[in-house]
Amino acid sequence: MNRKMKKISSILLFLCFASTALRAQEAQMADTMRSEGKIYALVAIILVILLGLIFFLVFIDRKVSRLEKRMDGKN
Amino acid sequence: MKSTWWKIACVVLLVYTAVGGLLFDVPRLNIVNETIRALYFHVPMWFGMVVMFSLSVFYAIRHLRHPSVESDIFSVAYAYVGLAFGILGIITGMIWANYTWGSPWHGDPKQNAAAIALLVYFAYFILRGSVANDEQRARLSAAYNIFAFVAMIPLLFIIPRMTSSMHPGNGGNPGFNTYDLDSRMRLVFYPSVIGWILLGLWIATLRIRIKLMEEKINEQEDEKNK
Repeated sequence: MNRKMKKISSILLFLCFASTALRAQEAQMADTMRSEGKIYALVAIILVILLGLIFFLVFIDRKVSRLEKRMDGKN
Repeated sequence: MKSTWWKIACVVLLVYTAVGGLLFDVPRLNIVNETIRALYFHVPMWFGMVVMFSLSVFYAIRHLRHPSVESDIFSVAYAYVGLAFGILGIITGMIWANYTWGSPWHGDPKQNAAAIALLVYFAYFILRGSVANDEQRARLSAAYNIFAFVAMIPLLFIIPRMTSSMHPGNGGNPGFNTYDLDSRMRLVFYPSVIGWILLGLWIATLRIRIKLMEEKINEQEDEKNK
């Protein structure tokens, strides 16, 4: 009986350690920030900058197209 | 080239990358942690650079076979955008390395080789700047362009794989695809690569169109002066 108890308790102890070891292996991620919804602020900021630069590019593109039309008209 | 559908596709893909890159699920890995998302932005810079330099060397070879002002203009425009991608790639790599390797410049073979490859391309622009004659500049730089491209390929893709490098995919290290670039990450990564390449093409074509107009004006002025 005593031996059996020892065996069970050692298995339990092992499982205990194994579970903490597994949890330590789980990498830390920005879960809190995500759960608070702050990630959306980041997404919004990046989108504004990206779209701002793209609009800038579109304006240059249209300007170049207009110049090309004027050049073709001249020839 | 002037059609708009691929520019719209470019914008859509880049917006999707920004949203999906920050919000979608990624593998939970130690050391890289949340910075694994940098993969969506850092790696497409290098894909973009290689595509731009490939186009550049294509037009360089075409110029050597059939010399024309146009192929020179194309070749330079793609080289410019490729260099811009490369500089962005090396800076983003330094930021990422600072967090995962401990210092921005780790002297890693991949980093050193990438820096050398960029220097080789810097020399391309120095060479162009140092020749006054237009035809000579075009021919010399086209020949050098081939050399630069041939130097870049082993520097980026072969040498780092032969030595011990900490960069994923090199020196015995698995690339992200072998463990955890699972289907979730591919869903953002590939659209990102295509989006950034299209953006590079867009910027390059703008430069090409401006230069072609400039060339036309030069021709007209030459005729007037005759």
